[in-house]
Formats: sequence, structure tokens, C-alpha cells
Amino acid sequence: MTDHNSSTDLTPRGGGDGRLPARFTDPGHAPHKLRRADVDPDANKRAERQVVLLFGVSILGTIGFLVAYALVRPGETIGSMRLSNLLLGLGLFLGMFGIGAAAVHWAKTLMNDHEVSQERHTLISSPETRAAAVQDLKDGAADSSIGRRGVLKGAMVSALALAPLSIAVPLIGEVGEDWDISKFGRTIWAKGVRLAQDPSGRPIRAAEVTIGSAFHVIPDNLEEFEHPLDEKAKAIVLMVRMDPRDLKEAPGREGWSYEGIVAYSKVCTHVGCPVALYEQQTHHLLCPCHQSTFDLADGAKVVFGPANRPLPQLPISVDDEGYLVAQSDFLEPVGPSYWERLK
Amino acid sequence: MKALAARRHHRSAPVVLLLLALLVTGGLYAALVPSSAGAAEATARDIEYGSELFQANCATCHGMNAEGTQDAPSLIGVGAASVDFQVSTGRMPMEANGPQALAKPPQLTDEQVAALAAYVASLGYGPAIPTAEQVDPAEGDPANGMQLFRTNCAMCHNAVGAGGALSEGKFAPALWDSTPTVIYEAMVTGPQAMPVFNDANLTPEEKRDVISYILAQRDGSPGGIELGALGPVSEGMWAWIVGIGLLVACSVWIGAKSS
Repeated sequence: MTDHNSSTDLTPRGGGDGRLPARFTDPGHAPHKLRRADVDPDANKRAERQVVLLFGVSILGTIGFLVAYALVRPGETIGSMRLSNLLLGLGLFLGMFGIGAAAVHWAKTLMNDHEVSQERHTLISSPETRAAAVQDLKDGAADSSIGRRGVLKGAMVSALALAPLSIAVPLIGEVGEDWDISKFGRTIWAKGVRLAQDPSGRPIRAAEVTIGSAFHVIPDNLEEFEHPLDEKAKAIVLMVRMDPRDLKEAPGREGWSYEGIVAYSKVCTHVGCPVALYEQQTHHLLCPCHQSTFDLADGAKVVFGPANRPLPQLPISVDDEGYLVAQSDFLEPVGPSYWERLK
Repeated sequence: MKALAARRHHRSAPVVLLLLALLVTGGLYAALVPSSAGAAEATARDIEYGSELFQANCATCHGMNAEGTQDAPSLIGVGAASVDFQVSTGRMPMEANGPQALAKPPQLTDEQVAALAAYVASLGYGPAIPTAEQVDPAEGDPANGMQLFRTNCAMCHNAVGAGGALSEGKFAPALWDSTPTVIYEAMVTGPQAMPVFNDANLTPEEKRDVISYILAQRDGSPGGIELGALGPVSEGMWAWIVGIGLLVACSVWIGAKSS
């Protein structure tokens, strides 16, 4: 019970005439009420038994965990793995939760519940201490005569400014050995590279692509590169064949398809998800992340969703043996629209 | 069974197993080969019956000679596999126009479906109904099937085949109850919005691997309840409502004074 007047205590003790009082007073603690366990020995015993029970639950849980660990091993079947996981998790849960619940129940029912106030003083230092600290700084500056010695000041500022470079330069330098960012705008597709199936790597003959087919395509030369997965991430292509009468081709792109077979980058121009939900009747290609929809019959034009440019088209043709090959790399950067800035 | 299990390490166990396997293979071969020969004999009668069924059930939309109308495509050259897929799953005859034909209890008996398939197959060359061996999940490699499924199927049908939404009311159905034959037929014919996966795209062995992977998903997940395997929506509902709810309840209990 304290008697100080805290400025944060807003409990009005008015005279009842509707006006606010001149000052607020601390109401102090509510009167202490005894719990049942404090007054009734039976209730006290019962609370103790409940705490013991909760600790018992924890003990049983831990023993159950150990028994399950020893006897119910995950086997070959999904069912046995599931049973093992379930028993281990249940044992662990009971073992931990029992201890926590017992401790809380113990503290709430059996330990004393008297409210205690902690006195706090203001955090700010006294005016004398603060003035002395400022004076110390001023004395130090005057003693170093930094105001008069200009060269010394310049040397110190230079040394302090340069010192962090010994940390920053190696850190930034190690970020990448190659600062040629223009390579992000290119892929490994090139003239004459065969279109192969993902993941088997079989080259695809044009005659095998029936109308309505969707092929997931990687470059045939993928494995020749040092980081094939990195290259694959940029070079993946979705290739479909539709009735050539359904195909609308932009001027300048007439030679990019082969008898209704068109190939487009599979990297969405919105934020780069693999866009591959192809509906063969509508020729729409849907991106599963944000529902951008592209019309493959019309130059992969965006017909719905947040993407704001068409998927880049891979110009294709057929080589002497009937295999589909690329005419060149994509003529624009693949991936999110950030790369429009480079155009 | 115990006696069998006790002797599984017996010296002659491999020989016995080999003999059993040979017997089963031979038995299956004997069972399958004459049946296809029988089908060839019955074809003429089947085709006639199938033609009658076609006139009664399909011709309104697909035309008297299956040549197609402005409401429905031509069925010449779609093959027996397409008919078996569409009719045995109840998608055809179609109940009502909509974004896509929905699966429902089949409207024709198995014999009628077979006759209808024989009739449509007689109109032009198309994919045939796969044999039992072609779709036997036990002979497929589920690990290779997983790679193929992830590349070719998972974007629409979900990573374990739980299905997913497409555009404008269309959707890729869940594969939990699809029979291996129906899955094979869907790949080879490309029904509705689904693209075609012909034998050059996914070889018959690769199709069997995919079927093997899909059927392996029906054993459930080692992690416990799958909540429909639908990902963040159902799992998030569970975590936020049940999980956070329990945490709030615990906090209230800890903060409440003992009576």
C-alpha cells in the first residue's frame, strides 16, 4: 500500500457532482480476498493432488515417448511412420505440457497471492548531474583544441571514415565474382539447340507433338553447363501444338512457330513463378501464383491478372532429322518485368 | 500366415516365389490374350449395339454419324479410350452446359460403355483402352512417376493429386478415386481443358510410373492428418483457429486468479 500520487493514475475520486476533481488519488489495491485453498484444508489438499496429477501426466507422457521410441519404430509403410510420429509427438506434448500446467496451477492455488507494489523513481538525472556532464564534454573539447587544429581534425575524420572500408570492401567484393549483370537477360538457348523433354532429356520430334499436346521443355545441351539447375531455371519452356487456324501471329513473328507448335518461356513476367496450367481448349495459360492468364493463340498476350507483358516467345524450327530446334535465344529478357528497363 | 512368415528366409523361398510369379504371369497372360481375341470376334455385334446406344444417347449433340455439331465436337478418331473415360466416369452424357462436364454416377452399364467405345473406335483410328498390365501400379516406379508428375501434372492437379482451380470455373479434378485405367485414358486423350500426353510425350512405361505415384499417395501422409492436402488454406485455418485458440485459452487460464 503506497501513498504517492502518480500522474498516470486516472481514477477519479470526485465529489459526485459531475465535475472532475482537482487531483487524482491512488486507489491502492483492491481488498485481498482469500482463495478456497487458503481457508478450506480440503480444497488445499485437492489443489495439491491436482498439481501432483499434472506432474504425473508429464511423467507418463515422457515414459510413453520413450516406450514409443523403443518399440514403435517407423517402418517401410506410411501408416507405421504416421503412428510413430503421432506417439512421439503425443508423448512429447504431454511431457512438456504437464510440467508447465503443474507449475502454473501450483503457483496459482498454493503459493501466496499477496499483491506487491514496486516503487519507481523518475528515470531522468538531476539538473546538476546533467549540467556537469555537458561541462565535462566542453572541457574535453577545449583541452583537445580541436577547434584550432584544422589539419588534426581532418586527419581524424579521414581515418575514421576510411577504417570501415577494410570490412566493407571484402564483403561487397565477395558477393559475386562476376559483375556482368547483362547475363541475366540471356538464356542458354541458341541457334540449333534441340528442344528436349523435362525431366527425361529426350529430344522432341515435331511429328510427335500432336494437336492439344503440352510439352515441358529444356534445352538439349543443359548438362554441358557448369550450373545446369541455374540455367534450367531461366531456360524452361512450355511448348504446345494447336490447330494452325487458331493461331494469330504478330507481324515479324510468322516464322517463329512450326505448323501450330509454339514455344514460350515458362517464367511468369509478373514475379517469375513457373506458369504452366495450360487449358488446351481455350489455349489459355494460367499462372498458379497470382492468376495471370496468357493467351498462347495470340502471342501469349495477358488476358487476366497482374502480369503486364506477354511471355517471351522462343523462335523454333525443325532440323534435318525432324527434331525441333531453337532459331536463337529469346529476343527479350525472360522473367519478371524488371528487365524491361534494359530494353 | 505366421508359418509363412517364419519360413520367408528359407533356402528354397526364392525358387518358390519365382514359380509363383511365373504362374501368376502365365495366368494373367492366358486370361488377357483370349479376351482381346474374343473382343475382336464380338466387334461386329458390339458395334451395332454401340451404334444404337449412340443414336439414343449421344447423337443429339454429336450428330447422327458422330460428325459433330456446333454444340459438340466430332468423335471421329477420338478412340475407344476417350469414350471409356467420358462415359464410365459419368461425364458423358452431359447433364447440363457449364464450364466443364462434371463426373457423376455412370449412366450406362460396363457392357454398354464397351459397345459404345467399340462403335466410336470403328469410325476412325484413335487411342485404345489400355490393358490391365499397362496400368498396373505395382509394375510402375513411383519415384520416377513423382518427377514426371511434378513436371507435367502437379501444377493443375496438386502435388499429391488433390486437384485445383483453373480459370473461369474450370478445375482440375482430384485424383483420389480415379481408377488407373481412367488416369491412363485421361493422359492419352486429353479430355476437356487437359492437354494430351501422347506416347512420345509420356511413354507407356512413364504413364504407368505416374499411375504408380498417384496411387501411392492414397496411403496418406507420414505427418498425420492431411486436411485435404490443399496446402496453406486448410492448414492455415487449422493453425489459426485451433492452434491460436488453444494458446489464447492457455493465456487466459494463466492470467485468471484462482477462486
